[in-house]
Amino acid sequence: MLAFGAVLSLLAAGFAQDVLFQTHAWVVFFALALSTIYVLRKVDFAGDAAPVDKSGYFDDPIRAGVILTTFWGVVGFLIGVIAALQLAFPVLNIEPYLNFGRLRPLHTSAVIFAFGGTALITSSLYVVQRTTSARLISDGLTQFVFWGYQLFILMAATGYLLGITQGREYAEPEWYVDLWLTIVWVGYLILFMGTLFKRKEPHIYVANWFYLAFIFTIALLHVVNNLAMPVSPFSIKSYSAFAGVQDALTQWWYGHNAVGFFLTAGFLGMMYYFMPKQAERPVYSYRLSIIHFWSLIFMYIWAGPHHLHYTALPDWAQTLGMVFSIMLWMPSWGGMINGLMTLSGAWDKLRTDPIIRMMVIAVAFYGMSTFEGPMMSIKAVNGLSHYTDWTIGHVHSGALGWVGMISFGMIYFLVPRLWGRDRLYSMRMVNWHFWLATLGIVVYAAVMWVSGITQGLMWREYDAEGFLVYSFAETVAALKPYYILRAVGGAMYLVGGLVMAYNVYMTIKGKTRNEKPIAVAHVATAQPAE
Amino acid sequence: MDYNAFRHFADSWGLLYLFVVFVGVVLFMFRPGAKKHAEMAAQIPLKDDRSPQGEE
Repeated sequence: MLAFGAVLSLLAAGFAQDVLFQTHAWVVFFALALSTIYVLRKVDFAGDAAPVDKSGYFDDPIRAGVILTTFWGVVGFLIGVIAALQLAFPVLNIEPYLNFGRLRPLHTSAVIFAFGGTALITSSLYVVQRTTSARLISDGLTQFVFWGYQLFILMAATGYLLGITQGREYAEPEWYVDLWLTIVWVGYLILFMGTLFKRKEPHIYVANWFYLAFIFTIALLHVVNNLAMPVSPFSIKSYSAFAGVQDALTQWWYGHNAVGFFLTAGFLGMMYYFMPKQAERPVYSYRLSIIHFWSLIFMYIWAGPHHLHYTALPDWAQTLGMVFSIMLWMPSWGGMINGLMTLSGAWDKLRTDPIIRMMVIAVAFYGMSTFEGPMMSIKAVNGLSHYTDWTIGHVHSGALGWVGMISFGMIYFLVPRLWGRDRLYSMRMVNWHFWLATLGIVVYAAVMWVSGITQGLMWREYDAEGFLVYSFAETVAALKPYYILRAVGGAMYLVGGLVMAYNVYMTIKGKTRNEKPIAVAHVATAQPAE
Repeated sequence: MDYNAFRHFADSWGLLYLFVVFVGVVLFMFRPGAKKHAEMAAQIPLKDDRSPQGEE
């Protein structure tokens, strides 16, 4: 099948009507050809090897997934730091392949789809097997979904650098890459649902509900948002099926629900499994988690129009988006409280277990950014915050704080288990990662608040005659120190990621670092007040 | 069905339908006996996770 795909892409390269399409087809050809060679070398033609043991869980792609999640995380953070430096020092824009316009979608897709997506696929395949007590329905389909998704990432990333984009936020890949992702995603849905159907546990655990909502909704969003007509079957260019404000609303219906169902629902599935697991206690209220699920599902889908305040979108639609965004406070905080209260009675773990600390800070950031988001969706606030760096700060407090931290917790939880190690290489390094990442986010978010509000206020400053006081270039100059500080915050987060990568690598190699254990239970003794 | 008819259907019957389903879900969670069921479900992740049930 790989070889067949390689031949197809070779043909596509031959028929290509433009240079970019040709280059891209060559990329696929080499990726597939190399995979074919790799797979063929592993095939045992004599057939004398023992049959594969199918009684246990299928964890091979999950192991690959943990490594790739770590890898994509570091890559994504690195590109982010480079993009931040490019904004502060324009000389770093190396044209044409590495200018900001191309690196920015590369960064967003690398962290959302490569890091986040791989984390979600990996963890969902792990969780669904453990909570249904059943092996995944098909080894072959699992490999196809997992590696098919990695091919999508490769195609998207190389496409951006070549300048292939359909210009839709968080959905930049062109039509043929979108079609490929659709095929992979349908496979993912079949794999996940099939495993749920053959479950041996009578109840479907709530984490699976969130994962299923994520898989199903992303399929729907992806297909509708990418309805487009290619110019030719051998060309990169396509035109959207929608026009004008309808197109904009479709884009943001997709965009906001990508946040809602990819970056929220999916990672909540992660939280509802890994937090109870690491804390060794059941979730605080299972019934609250079900209500959390349904209210999130019912409300999120309507919130998209808040990205289009004060545009050509009808007023009622803008208000609808704003009202639903504000209503989302309830489920978000319900879920946050549920996650935090899971630790009630075991708060001492916060001091002794850096992994649980990572998960708790993730949930805390989930609470903070879901408080900030609805506030920014209020039209009056949005008038100041929209198009400024405040939005960037908000996204990063959610992405670095919630998505990143909960994924790190998941990785630290899984690595010793998947490779059969007693513990991680180093718990102290987890602690270091925790502080580097947390301080990095705090620097980043705080700087972006100041920068965003400065920017917003300077843009709307009129003088007595009704003229704008500042030119655009003046506002940019005012922001330069903040842009440098932002790069510092991002660099701290990146260093944290590198510490994690080293820790994961050494754990897989089976090493343990000789170090002092973290704060053994503190004995309360009467001490004079200081 | 043109845009207007569609829209009026959506913001009357459609809205009512979704609202009733949502209230139904919430009430269902608080039915008698749900608590015991929920507490059992909450234990699922804490069970042994090394191999599928019934196989060793």
